[in-house]
Amino acid sequence: MLDKNEIQHLVARRIAKEIKDGDVVNLGVGIPTFVPIYLPKNIHVITHSENGILGFGPAPKKGEEHPDLTNAGGGFITEVKGTSYFDSALSFSIIRGGHLDLTVLGALQVDQEGNIANWMIPGKFVPGIGGAMDLCAGAKKIIAAMTHTDKDGGPKILKKCTLPLTGPHCVDLIVTEMAVIEVTPKGLVIREVASWTNIEDVKKHTEADLIIPSKIGSFC
Amino acid sequence: MAKPKIINANEAAKLVKDGDTLLIGSFLAIGCPQQLIDALVTTGQKNLHVVCISPDYDDYGIGKLLFHKQVTYLQTSWHGFSKASQAGFHDGSIKIEFNPQGGLLERVRAAGAGLGGILSPVGLGTPVEKERETITVDGKKWILEKPIHGDVSLIKAKKADKMGNLIYSKSARNCNPIMATAGKIVIAQVDEIVEIGEIDPEHIITPGVFIDYLVLNK
Repeated sequence: MLDKNEIQHLVARRIAKEIKDGDVVNLGVGIPTFVPIYLPKNIHVITHSENGILGFGPAPKKGEEHPDLTNAGGGFITEVKGTSYFDSALSFSIIRGGHLDLTVLGALQVDQEGNIANWMIPGKFVPGIGGAMDLCAGAKKIIAAMTHTDKDGGPKILKKCTLPLTGPHCVDLIVTEMAVIEVTPKGLVIREVASWTNIEDVKKHTEADLIIPSKIGSFC
Repeated sequence: MAKPKIINANEAAKLVKDGDTLLIGSFLAIGCPQQLIDALVTTGQKNLHVVCISPDYDDYGIGKLLFHKQVTYLQTSWHGFSKASQAGFHDGSIKIEFNPQGGLLERVRAAGAGLGGILSPVGLGTPVEKERETITVDGKKWILEKPIHGDVSLIKAKKADKMGNLIYSKSARNCNPIMATAGKIVIAQVDEIVEIGEIDPEHIITPGVFIDYLVLNK
């Protein structure tokens, strides 16, 4: 088994391969924040943040933080050549208007119809919606970055989400520490299995029906 | 329109009455009109209805108003950093309406722009849809996001001229230009007030017509 840190980096490393030169991307909190570490140096990615920034740079060195410059999670970021600022309403116009190529979202549950639930557990955890529903409704491609199972080992990739949805029929790709799974009109297709595990193990930890093609790749 | 009056934070706070609806700019306390919030904590208005994308933190940002139990209704998007908001939601002392973040901003923008509402795809097929009217246009379903008007807008900008024309600083702009459009009274806390003509017209983000009062950040 992998520890939490290994899982985060394995998933982030694999997701980085989905990002192409010139893509406008919004990375959520959690695992998605590690994705930029693994982007190839020769591609230029335009990062988007809900508060109203496009094309920002990485976290500043300690002591060089600007008090008026953070991402949507409140973390300090930097201004680089090409950075632009605008109000938060325009930021969401960029999302809803189809100008965002890709978003990577954490998930509590996803299901075989591409539904995603990540904003609340009724009675237990109600932090609010934030920008997640806007991203689900507007981003051209949605990748769910998640652990394959919950902390008790129960499945998070389900036949049908049981938690309140953040977005219906919107997830394109699910990346976990065990597998890369594509959401297709026919259902969930396993594309890759992580080198540390095997397909039987993936099936055992997945509630959803899985379509297993003759050729499956590997990632590590 | 008259030029905005330059007042201090205490005078600004007294423009807010018990039960008022406040539209407040801020994004996790970045670009928050903190001096105006602190003055409101001192004056102690009650039963406030606050509209903001997040109530920030208990000890910093808009959250101080919730921590001091001055807010009974919150229209927001996310309150993950405000323990007072979460506690108020849990025990029912604060009524909270959660909105998709972009939708909340569009509702305020609609009010400021004189629109009857916005048709949005965001929230269809989720619990948000059950709380809203839907409208079908040419066979496609939309959620009707109704306008949110405010009694008082509290915003933060970097610099104003004496006509109230505003420029902002980096990501501290965030919701402030939107919140500025939809309050009956609009108060801007600014770091600097300059003479008319000193800001390049091409750089002005919020035209002064929206601004009633300026408070110089102390």
